[in-house]
Amino acid sequence: MSTAGAVAAGTVHVSLRRQRIDVAGYVFSAILLLSLLFSLALLTVLVADQLVRGVPVFAERGTGLLTSPLSSNPAKAGVIQGLIGSALLASIVALTAFPVGILTAVYIEEYAPAGRLTRFIDINIRNLAGVPSVVYGLLGLAVFVAVLSKVGQANGANVITGGLTLSVLILPLVIITSAEAIRAVPNAIREAGYGIGASRWQVVRKLVLPSATPGILTGTVLALSRALGETAPLILVGAVLGSFSAGRSLADLFTGAYSALPVIVYDWARKPQDEFRALTSAAIIVLLLVTVIANGFAILLRNRYDRRW
Amino acid sequence: MTTMTPVMSRLQGTPRRRRNEGVVRAILLGASALSIAISVGIVLSLIFEAVTFVASIELPQLFSDGWFPRRGMFSLPTVIAGTLIITIVAITVAAPVGLASAIFLSEYASPTVRKVVKPILEILAGIPSVVLGFFALTWISPNVVQAIFTDAKGFSLLAAGIGVGILTIPLVASISEDAMRAVPMALREASYGLGARRITTSLRVVFPAAISGIVAALILAVSRAIGETMVVAIAAGASGGSLFTLNPVGPGQTLTGAMASLATGSDNVTGDSSAFLSLYFLGFVLFVMTLGLNLIGDIFVRRTRQRY
Repeated sequence: MSTAGAVAAGTVHVSLRRQRIDVAGYVFSAILLLSLLFSLALLTVLVADQLVRGVPVFAERGTGLLTSPLSSNPAKAGVIQGLIGSALLASIVALTAFPVGILTAVYIEEYAPAGRLTRFIDINIRNLAGVPSVVYGLLGLAVFVAVLSKVGQANGANVITGGLTLSVLILPLVIITSAEAIRAVPNAIREAGYGIGASRWQVVRKLVLPSATPGILTGTVLALSRALGETAPLILVGAVLGSFSAGRSLADLFTGAYSALPVIVYDWARKPQDEFRALTSAAIIVLLLVTVIANGFAILLRNRYDRRW
Repeated sequence: MTTMTPVMSRLQGTPRRRRNEGVVRAILLGASALSIAISVGIVLSLIFEAVTFVASIELPQLFSDGWFPRRGMFSLPTVIAGTLIITIVAITVAAPVGLASAIFLSEYASPTVRKVVKPILEILAGIPSVVLGFFALTWISPNVVQAIFTDAKGFSLLAAGIGVGILTIPLVASISEDAMRAVPMALREASYGLGARRITTSLRVVFPAAISGIVAALILAVSRAIGETMVVAIAAGASGGSLFTLNPVGPGQTLTGAMASLATGSDNVTGDSSAFLSLYFLGFVLFVMTLGLNLIGDIFVRRTRQRY
């Protein structure tokens, strides 16, 4: 080896080993981490703020807030109608949007021929997912409320129209997440099915859907939690703001006035009295518990069954 | 099909099986067609009532001094200006925080760190907007907005805009993170091979390579901010109508806020009055704006997918 070569190799060796402190790099990565922690800080402040205001309400009234009906008297007001309303809305959404959404996803991924119609359906669904929720409220008002009031349901502003509106709202989300889960199932599984003589539907029902279930479940739970937190479409299709007397019969539950947890939060948030501020925070704690539990369940499900094929 | 070989006809299956398959296919196609029916429903219900509204009023009413639907003042510039202010504030909050979070998650975080910090954004994304509206009104407004601008009102476009921005952080972060992770490893390796540091690789190699996805993230965030309703309805404070304003630290009205007020509270109206029909007109304007942005955003998203 010549001397010049040795010197060059030495220089390279030194510069590769040189431990210069990369100040800009450290500052940059610190900024990046801080901006992520900013979201965490926001979450903490948001939750702490509600706890500070809301926990005294629970301390004072126990579960009274959960079991009392709506009232204009802050000392007596409760969210029981909102809990019932939200539960009914969620059931209607689960019964309508889930089957339609999953079937649509199956069609798009497993049946649809690659053509113009399929592309159109696909683009259409992705654009529907971007339509603001309040616009779905207008659709509900123009279609569901109008139709249901024509078939004799008082003013048509009942939990069925609210549920159908939310259903339509989260349908694109259900379709997109289910389609992704179905797409992730490897083709080898389908080919194995066809190889032993299964029909297309048999392959879908017995092989593809079971393999895609964890993904579909995660997507549908997330969609449900989104529906539970939606307010804007419900106030457009006539969820009751203020108080109303609870229905006496079972039929009243479906055809009479209704409210929902987020709608109550909105209504109370607009009231200027300090007592209602505290009540709003207490109701928010209940709402957050419901949606965070649903979200956490979905994330857990995904992490648990996250399969790499 | 008369000259079918025995093998072919057996592969076709029994008539019963073929019939079942046909029924299943029809049901699935029907379910998919429903999504198209929904779009058609949205467009038709909006257009029909919006046209009725425009026909029922005089054109100058759309350019009056403010948005007071019960007094026949349907000022479009007022609600558009309010919407723009909200959107600008929201993007000013969401873009830096969201993009920095995305770079961290995609380029800096180890898989373990990623698994721990990513749920922060997912939980933030799951917070109902009505909760953020209340937070904007009761915490952001007094502790941030009024602390900085002493002349700010309790209700302000700025507080609502910050609230909307917080809501869109997860959207910006997740779409742009996806775009950055889609950048092939070879590009990073080439950069490191040339001796570039991680910061240079992130900002000069990965970021430009993922620019389509990042632009898409920002466009979709704008669209989301324009359409966000509850935060504005609670924290912007214009349920009694609003004069035209460009002042971000005072109350103001937006497209969505005006819709919420029309459906509830002081502007509450029903029947076939033009105030009620203006709801559909606002909805139509909102729909057109967000649809346009979403279509453009979609083009950018697809461009990232095709590049490599």
